[in-house]
Amino acid sequence: MKISIDPDRCQGHGRCFSLAPGLFDSDELGNGFAVGDGNVAAGDEELARLAQANCPEHAVLIEE
Amino acid sequence: MTTEMTKPPVEDFATDWDHTDPTWVKNPYPIWDELRETCPVAHTDRYGGGWFPVTHELVSEIANDTDHYTSRTVVIGNGRPGDDAPPAPIGVVPPISSDPPFHQIARRIILPALAPRPVAALEPQIRELCKSLVEKVKDNEIVNGSSDYAQYIPANVVELLLGLPSEDEDLFRHFIHVALEGVDEPDQDKRIEMFTPLEEYITRVVEDRMANPGDDLISYLLSVEIGGQKLAPEHIFGTVVLVLIAGIDTTWSAIGASLYHLATHPEDRQRLVDEPELIPTAIEEFLRFYAPVSMARLVKEDFDFHGCPMKKDDWILLGFPAANRDPKAFKDADKFIIDREVNRHLAFGLGIHRCAGSNLARLEMQVALEEFLLKFPNFELADESAVTWSQGQVRGPRNLPLRILK
Repeated sequence: MKISIDPDRCQGHGRCFSLAPGLFDSDELGNGFAVGDGNVAAGDEELARLAQANCPEHAVLIEE
Repeated sequence: MTTEMTKPPVEDFATDWDHTDPTWVKNPYPIWDELRETCPVAHTDRYGGGWFPVTHELVSEIANDTDHYTSRTVVIGNGRPGDDAPPAPIGVVPPISSDPPFHQIARRIILPALAPRPVAALEPQIRELCKSLVEKVKDNEIVNGSSDYAQYIPANVVELLLGLPSEDEDLFRHFIHVALEGVDEPDQDKRIEMFTPLEEYITRVVEDRMANPGDDLISYLLSVEIGGQKLAPEHIFGTVVLVLIAGIDTTWSAIGASLYHLATHPEDRQRLVDEPELIPTAIEEFLRFYAPVSMARLVKEDFDFHGCPMKKDDWILLGFPAANRDPKAFKDADKFIIDREVNRHLAFGLGIHRCAGSNLARLEMQVALEEFLLKFPNFELADESAVTWSQGQVRGPRNLPLRILK
């Protein structure tokens, strides 16, 4: 699984990095980004899906 | 707040809605539920004409559409604002009152100050504040969750952000009180009059900070440059006013509504006492279920919105709280589920105007609830009939007598 944030959609609600702090982080403006190369370690998939399901802007992208 | 004009009570919210009608103020949810079924974009001739979309889909569509709607005025007043209203690009309180492209510039200036890391650094001070507030009332049989507790938290946090001298605390709170009453005052002249003392105070503080810069938000705004130019004085002043207006009664309402819920739902209160780690999840549900803030937009030019003939300068009441109760967007939308895991609520809005203070608001709610429950693990409403809710675009309990139980 690979995660990313669509920067055109992200408005900095902060749900992704609050719910899945190991997978997402925030930049200087408070917008989210995927940590590292975005590859999700085995076992963290549900957390990534939870972050996606809670983003009001639908900015969390998941490739499986 | 009061208005001297007596308005006829609303008989049909689909064709004559009024967000200040006593029925709406007391309990708007049944009205919204009915409209969602029968008339998802309600209309009114009041306020010079306006529309109220009730579904998640329509609220999202308008919030994301800056081509057809302007944010130059975000609080509904009497009549159409007309051409003498504040100009669109900057507006009086940037960036909430700004449209693209200036909006992005103004927003980028304030976002770093309200990003997660600088906000998290405020936690110890917010915790100390909440501890001192519960300590003050710890022996009372009745504690007012609104006026003894919730109200003080954001007001003190804003003082902290702006670096106001502590000896000004009472003065500042008085100005804020009058100005907040004025935000929803539909009479423009009266509204200006109610703002004047705060305006004069802020002007003095900004002047003082020009001479004696510190590490507060005002000093930061004074130091920022856009394209080599310092911010215009009215921009700095407007953003300070925005922090005051947008940061206080909103969070006050959110904390108050959460306490109201816990006072009326002992099983949820007990759950948070037993599992304080659930508080962040619960906060999202408090925000969804009791979302305090609705915003306004103005229609830029005549156009047809899904069959609604919108006219230039018609008001749009963007009902984020109504969208949050839409069963098409939320499973069991009408039920408060304290451990709801999937919660894509719109309490902080949607799109480019997402509440810039949302990180701070969440932190204040969390610390406020943790400290209150720690000191008062058991409480109930002292008098249901005494509970009052604010009128206007920010909804929260203003009188909330809680009986502290052993």
